[in-house]
Amino acid sequence: MRVQWNDSRLATIRGLARGAWIIFKMQFRRPVTIQYPEERAPVAPRNRGRIVLTRDPDGEERCVGCYLCAVVCPVDCIALQATEDEHGRRYPEWFQINFSRCIYCGFCEEACPTYAIQLTPDYEMGEYKRGHLVYEKEDLLIDGPGKRHEYSFYRHAGVTIDGKDKGEAIDEKTPVDIRDLLP
Amino acid sequence: MSPTGAILSRMAITLGVLLLVGPLLVWVERRLLGRFQRRLGPNRVGPFGLLQTVADAIKLFTKEDWVPPFADPVPYVLAPMILAITVLGAFAVVPFTDAGAIIDLDIGLLFFLAMSSVGVYSVMLAGVASNSKYALLGAMRAAAQMISYELAMALSLASVVLLAGSFNLRDIVSAQAGLPFVVLQPVAFLVFVVAGLAELKRAPFDLPEAENELVAGFHTEYSSMKFALFFLGEYLGMMLVAAIAATTFLGGGNGPWLPAPIWFAIKMALFIYLFIWARATLPRFRYDHLMSFGWKFLLPVALLNLMVTGAIVVARAAGS
Repeated sequence: MRVQWNDSRLATIRGLARGAWIIFKMQFRRPVTIQYPEERAPVAPRNRGRIVLTRDPDGEERCVGCYLCAVVCPVDCIALQATEDEHGRRYPEWFQINFSRCIYCGFCEEACPTYAIQLTPDYEMGEYKRGHLVYEKEDLLIDGPGKRHEYSFYRHAGVTIDGKDKGEAIDEKTPVDIRDLLP
Repeated sequence: MSPTGAILSRMAITLGVLLLVGPLLVWVERRLLGRFQRRLGPNRVGPFGLLQTVADAIKLFTKEDWVPPFADPVPYVLAPMILAITVLGAFAVVPFTDAGAIIDLDIGLLFFLAMSSVGVYSVMLAGVASNSKYALLGAMRAAAQMISYELAMALSLASVVLLAGSFNLRDIVSAQAGLPFVVLQPVAFLVFVVAGLAELKRAPFDLPEAENELVAGFHTEYSSMKFALFFLGEYLGMMLVAAIAATTFLGGGNGPWLPAPIWFAIKMALFIYLFIWARATLPRFRYDHLMSFGWKFLLPVALLNLMVTGAIVVARAAGS
C-alpha cells in the first residue's frame, strides 16, 4: 500500500485535485432533495404498498377464505377465519393483517386465486401505536375491484353438451380468450 | 477609558461575536456540505434553517447532565472546559482590528501554540476519564496526531516569524503591508493549512472521532452541555486556525477600501470554506499513513522550508 502511495504520488495529488474540483462544481448544481411532505416522489402504479381486499364487479367480496395468502406469507402477518354464507359461498369471517410485520413482498397477491388480496401504491401508514398497525377486515376491504376490473371468481362458461355451447346457459358467461392475456 | 475597561470591553465584544458566530458556523457547514453533496441541508427551523443550531442547543441544554458511573468524574467534567477555555483564550492574541488584539502580547504566536498544546490535554483527559474503549482509542489517536502535527505547524509558523522578525501578531500583520506572506511562503502556508486541519481533528484527519469505527472517539461518553462544549470548541477551533492563518499568511486586516475587521472576516471565511470543502472532498487517512505523512513528509518539508528561509534572511541581512 505504501509503495503504491510513493510510486504514484503525483497521480494521487492529481486525483485529489480532480475530486476537489468536482465537489466544488457540485455546489452550483440543483439539489436532488425531494422535500417530502410538500413534494412527493412519483410512485409506480404497481408499487407494493398497503394491502387491500377487493370486491368483484358485482360488489361481492372476492376473498373465498382459502388461506393461501396466510400460508405463503413469509412473516406470518396474515390471519383469517373462513366461513360460509347461506348459499354456501365462502368468505372470511374476520381477516387481519399485521402491518408491523408485513414486508410487502407481494407473495399473498401472487398466491391469491381470486385476485382478492392486492397491494396498492399507498405507503403512508405511520402510526404512533403498534397496535394500530393491525388492520381488521373493515380496514382492509375496499368497495372497488382494484386491479382486474372485470374478474369474478364465480363467473363460469360451463361445458359444451348437446344443443348448448359454452356460455349459453343461464348464469354462464362466454369463455375468456386466455390468449389475450399474453403479452 | 481606562486600559482595564478597554480590555474588558474588547473581551466582551470578542466573546459575544465568537459565541454568536460559532453556532452560525455549524449551520454554514451543514448547509454547505449539503450543497457539496447536492442536498439542501437543514432548512426547516426558521428562515433557511438558520435556527437549526438554536434548536439543537435547546435539545442539548434540556438533556440530563450525565456523568457515567464508570467514568472518573473530576477529569471527565474538566475536559470539555479545558477545550473551551484554551480555544477562547487563544483568541485573545488574534488582531481582529487595526487596534490589535485584546492583549498585545509580544509572544502572541507562541501563546497560540501553547494554548493549542494545552488543548490536547482536554482530548486526552476526556478519553482516559471516560473509561471506555472507543473514547480511549480516540484519545490515543488524537493525542498522537495533535502532538505530531503541532511540530510541523510550529515550524511553518517559525518561517513566518523569521520574515516578520517578531512573535507579535500585530507586527506580523504590519510586516505584510506590502505583500502577504502566502506569496513569500507558499510551502509554509500549505504545511500550516494541512497541519491546522490535523490540529482541528477535521476530515481528512478526523481519525480521533472516526464515527464508523470509534462511534465518536474521545467524546463518545459525553452528552448534554458537556458535549455541546466539545462541539462549540471544535467550531471555535476552526475559527481560531482560520484566524491565525489569515493573520500570518494573508495579512490579517490589511486590504483596500474595507475596514480591517471586514477584511479579517472575509479572509477567515475563505479558510473556513476551504476546511469545509476539504471535508466534503477527502476520505479519512489510515492511521499509519497519517503518522508517516506527518513525520516523514510534513515535518521535513517544514524544516527544510525553515532552513531555506533562515538562510535567505541571513544572507539578505549580511548583504545590506
